[in-house]
Amino acid sequence: MPQYAVFMYEQETPGGAADIPPDVMAAHMALPDRIAEQGGRVSAGLAFEPTSTSTSIRADVVTDGPFIESKEAIAGIFLLEARDLDHALALAKLTPIVAGGVEVRPLFDFQVVEPS
Amino acid sequence: MLASTVRVTRDLDLAEECVQDAYVDALDAWTREGVPDRPGAWLTTAARHNALDALRRARTLRSKLHLLVEPEAAEMDTDTNSEPAGTDAPAYDDRLRLIFLCCHPALAVEAQVALTLRLVCGVSTPDVAKAFLVAEPTMAARITRAKKKIVTAHIPFRMPTAAELPDRLAAALAAIYLLFTTGHTAPSGAELGRTDLAVRALELARLLRDLMPDEREVTGLLALVMVNHARRSGRTAPDGRLVLLADQDRTSWDREAIAEADRLVVDAMRGGRPGRYALQAAIAALYAYAPSYAETDWPQIVRLYDALLAVWPSPVVALNRAVAVGMVEGPTAALRAVERLAETPRLAGYRYLPAIRADLLRRLNRREEAISAYREAQRLADNEAERRFLQERIVELG
Repeated sequence: MPQYAVFMYEQETPGGAADIPPDVMAAHMALPDRIAEQGGRVSAGLAFEPTSTSTSIRADVVTDGPFIESKEAIAGIFLLEARDLDHALALAKLTPIVAGGVEVRPLFDFQVVEPS
Repeated sequence: MLASTVRVTRDLDLAEECVQDAYVDALDAWTREGVPDRPGAWLTTAARHNALDALRRARTLRSKLHLLVEPEAAEMDTDTNSEPAGTDAPAYDDRLRLIFLCCHPALAVEAQVALTLRLVCGVSTPDVAKAFLVAEPTMAARITRAKKKIVTAHIPFRMPTAAELPDRLAAALAAIYLLFTTGHTAPSGAELGRTDLAVRALELARLLRDLMPDEREVTGLLALVMVNHARRSGRTAPDGRLVLLADQDRTSWDREAIAEADRLVVDAMRGGRPGRYALQAAIAALYAYAPSYAETDWPQIVRLYDALLAVWPSPVVALNRAVAVGMVEGPTAALRAVERLAETPRLAGYRYLPAIRADLLRRLNRREEAISAYREAQRLADNEAERRFLQERIVELG
């Protein structure tokens, strides 16, 4: 099946992950199973600390903060296997989001994630 | 033909090439052996053979040739759109799939429209570029980018599922309607209309209606496009000048097409709350049926606009409703409504708003204000025919 990266964009809150409401957290934990029920597969997932802990390097200059400043920041990414884009979009819509959205981007056929 | 070849190749570029090769083969074979009984079928078969050959040749490259569909998996959940199994499904299904592929919401609207012209209507890239007033390389790049996204992101070549259909159909209808309005009133350039585009849109709407006769909004769109297209000859004077609906020569309209559109409107309005296109078509048909502008059934038009606003709350619709209100209750009431709408940010820069305001002020004998509103409309117009029309109005008042 084709593979996609799903970027989760969220507005950042002062407390970071601690501010995520419990029901949203529970929905995140349940997401891989819900996706599997609908014929897809989550093959990897990453959740990030707030961008205030991030460090960027541009042309050897090290700066505090994210590479691109924006209202919504990438809070996490997961790898999704789906039949096609329509299927992938339907599955990505299941992602719990508080204030933001998701971006679905196809993966180039190049793997650096080791199968677990 | 392209559509049924895509089913074999699942690669748009390859399919296009195979179809072109089939024409070359035909030229050769038909001059040798005469034209076959069913030339269309001959070509389709030849194109599919070419596609299969190409796939065989490309077998070693198979891993690189992305599949556009995985039919078994993808069609499992198309319960209400269950399709015949196998690859020999009727050709019209393929055309429908091709329309939905080209009008996929994951593609930019301008790419959807260009792809539909290129792949569904078979218009050449230079002609598509001309129709949209962009340079040929720009259009070629736009089409290539869209095709690349279809392949890379695996946008499927299949019918939308029942759950997906309402949104997907809305996107396809919007693309066809955009094509029509682009052709009907070219928003820029010297000519008011680019009839070719409007004719293509009419063909597409008819095709879609043949393929999905039970979708009332499809019927509504066909009626809308048909009735507006039927009035095209009255919209401009022989010298290219814009003629207002009130002053158009109604004998130049295509009565047969208007009658056909009216029958479609009845179909589209029947059976539950009518949709946006059905209501727009009903309004356009009422305008077209009236013996004169003054004898138009204005109260009924206001009622239809009310229904339209309920399903499609757009300030542009509200503005058109204000014009109809002006015909029922007089210009003062209409002007009040228009001035309220002028505060809507979404209508800022919309050229018809000052034009309508100017016309109402003119009818109220508020000359100075009318002239300044016509000037504002003129600044916003980017179509030469419209600009000339507004200039004449200013001269009349001055």
